[in-house]
Amino acid sequence: MSEPLIRIEQLGKKYIISHQQDKPAGFYRYKTLRDVIGNSIRSFTKTFSQNNDKRIFHSDREEFWALKNVSFEIKQGEAVGIIGRNGAGKSTLLKLLSRITEPTTGSIAIAGRVASLLEVGTGFHPELTGRENIYLNGSILGMSRTEIRKKFDEIVAFAEVEKFLDTPVKRYSSGMYVRLAFAVAAYLEPEILIVDEVLAVGDAAFQKKCLGKMNDVATKEGRTVLFVSHSMQAISQLTKRCVLLSKGNVQFDGHTDKAVRLYIAGQKNADEQSAYYEAPASKTGNYVAQARILTSEELGTHCWGKPIAFEFTLQVSQPHESLWFSFQVVNDLQQPICIFWFSDPQAPFRREQGTFVLRCQIPKFRLYMGTYNLTTWFSERRSNTLLENLRNICPFEVTMHNVERADYEWQSDECTYLEDAVWYAASTEKTSIEKFY
Amino acid sequence: MQTRKLIIQAGRTESQYWQDLWRYRELFYFLAWRDILVRYKQTAIGIAWALIRPFLTMVVFTVVFGNLAKLPSEGAPYPILVFAAMLPWQFFANSLSESSNSLIVNTNLISKVYFPRLIVPASAVIVSFVDFMISGTILLALMAWYNFVPDWRILTLPLFTSIAFAAAIGGGLWLAALNVEYRDFRYVVPFIVQFGLYISPVGFSSKIVPEQWRLLYSLNPMVGVIDGFRWAILGGESNIYMPGFILSVGIVILLVASGIWYFRKTERTFADVI
Repeated sequence: MSEPLIRIEQLGKKYIISHQQDKPAGFYRYKTLRDVIGNSIRSFTKTFSQNNDKRIFHSDREEFWALKNVSFEIKQGEAVGIIGRNGAGKSTLLKLLSRITEPTTGSIAIAGRVASLLEVGTGFHPELTGRENIYLNGSILGMSRTEIRKKFDEIVAFAEVEKFLDTPVKRYSSGMYVRLAFAVAAYLEPEILIVDEVLAVGDAAFQKKCLGKMNDVATKEGRTVLFVSHSMQAISQLTKRCVLLSKGNVQFDGHTDKAVRLYIAGQKNADEQSAYYEAPASKTGNYVAQARILTSEELGTHCWGKPIAFEFTLQVSQPHESLWFSFQVVNDLQQPICIFWFSDPQAPFRREQGTFVLRCQIPKFRLYMGTYNLTTWFSERRSNTLLENLRNICPFEVTMHNVERADYEWQSDECTYLEDAVWYAASTEKTSIEKFY
Repeated sequence: MQTRKLIIQAGRTESQYWQDLWRYRELFYFLAWRDILVRYKQTAIGIAWALIRPFLTMVVFTVVFGNLAKLPSEGAPYPILVFAAMLPWQFFANSLSESSNSLIVNTNLISKVYFPRLIVPASAVIVSFVDFMISGTILLALMAWYNFVPDWRILTLPLFTSIAFAAAIGGGLWLAALNVEYRDFRYVVPFIVQFGLYISPVGFSSKIVPEQWRLLYSLNPMVGVIDGFRWAILGGESNIYMPGFILSVGIVILLVASGIWYFRKTERTFADVI
């Protein structure tokens, strides 16, 4: 099928945001009648007084383009990811696609029934029972009554809430609530499914189940799926093509891997603190003045297996012969992965004051892909005093994109540590052993 | 598989709007069903509240206007006179307050899912209509109690009910749409409802309004509706002041037409401003 299912042309959405000088930032006031009447009187008198102070009148208002000149096409059966930083316009795009709000410029042509899952549990009513909510939510999402009845048992089984069907959902645990909500949504059968961040629900097992279900929808059932997420892992599992949005524009449209890489790089740009730490000026005594990680790539990204160096600048004003420095690499679940320490009796900072640089080099850094950060421990062993303990500093990222693995993409939860290994394989009848890499 | 081409474009009035409204009729039903179900959940006497409130108001009005003020009763027992007006009034008042709040209460739906927004205030009116039907049984009970037998005119009641319905929808659409943008209406609506109870002929017969003011009085659309209800239910001496009735109906039609127009006009921005 060559005809695109969705064609987006020059799409733009403008919002007017108003600032109020005398109100704290972020303070939003609903438009009230008083404003409207006041403003229209003001503009009415202005037409008489001919004062050209229009600019002043509008000084507290600002146009904001949430989306601008966005064009792309999606074909039948394609699963497309939409990624971008907060405020890049992802949600606005989905809102426009699902007709919740209207574009300011441009057009969207859609051939087929669209169902959008912008939030699980939309329209759940806390007072109603699970059974009642399945019907209500289903109809809100666009299912007919007969359709819901047909899938009712499947939905209940998927959500694992058989026992509580006749309990009001307000008494549900939050896990049960989202499971039920996702289950209803998962059994929708539109031609085009728009999914926004629904995988951030439930426990790990259920998340896996959701991901599996989404995968089925996208690959087996051949439906067109538009998928928005901040989880790069989910995106790369579910989609082959990605649209990367940045400040309302399409920054990249193409292969998911590349889009994800650009996204990660872009994110690092915004966050200059990555792989770097600097102590606040108020610190005194013995402390870590600076810490940085020399990663293989720019901006705190490191490729697996390449050399890495950790550099710490210690400020020592009270030298002591049992000063100890150690640090841990901690993963994003806050589990320490490895520890390194420095306790050389000849270390200069044990004897004199000053600023010292410690550098810890690792020729081959084998941590598996993921995000990590550091915890440092600066202590004085003899009296068992902890001088300074820094946590969650120097976030950095390890990627696997320099390492090819045929036919099977890297999954983020495979391991935490990837060792070099040499494999041997031999037939039991032969005597010689062949070596494989 | 019914594939249809949908084009979303700025300023394009959805040509399929009414078709969509039909397609989403089940949602309409489910929303009304939800509100009815939820309404009396976790209450001890449940649906009886739909009976108690109008009944007590009727008793108070009968005592104040009938027994203390001794106003004329158009030849019917005073409680029936009051209740014949109370029915459409309560329906109208409940519809106004329910539908004006309906969009705000369903903010999460409005900002997350597409459907013709008209469904929300309309289903709020439906819910009030169910209450109307329930409290209608009080009227039957009153008639039985007073041995009051209505004549053929009672058959015209559905006509007046539909006028009341139209008035409720029209007013409800206006207030719902306005409330989305101007939260002032949250305070205006209870005031309209309270005030309206006294300027509409609920506790008294509209006959006590001086002749020269009756046309002006009929600018209140509920005057026509209430007079119609009384005419249909009480029969006998009760009659309709025709010019006033026509004016009231005209205003109701205007209210519905303008309500739909305004609602449709502002509907597209609901998700942005709510």
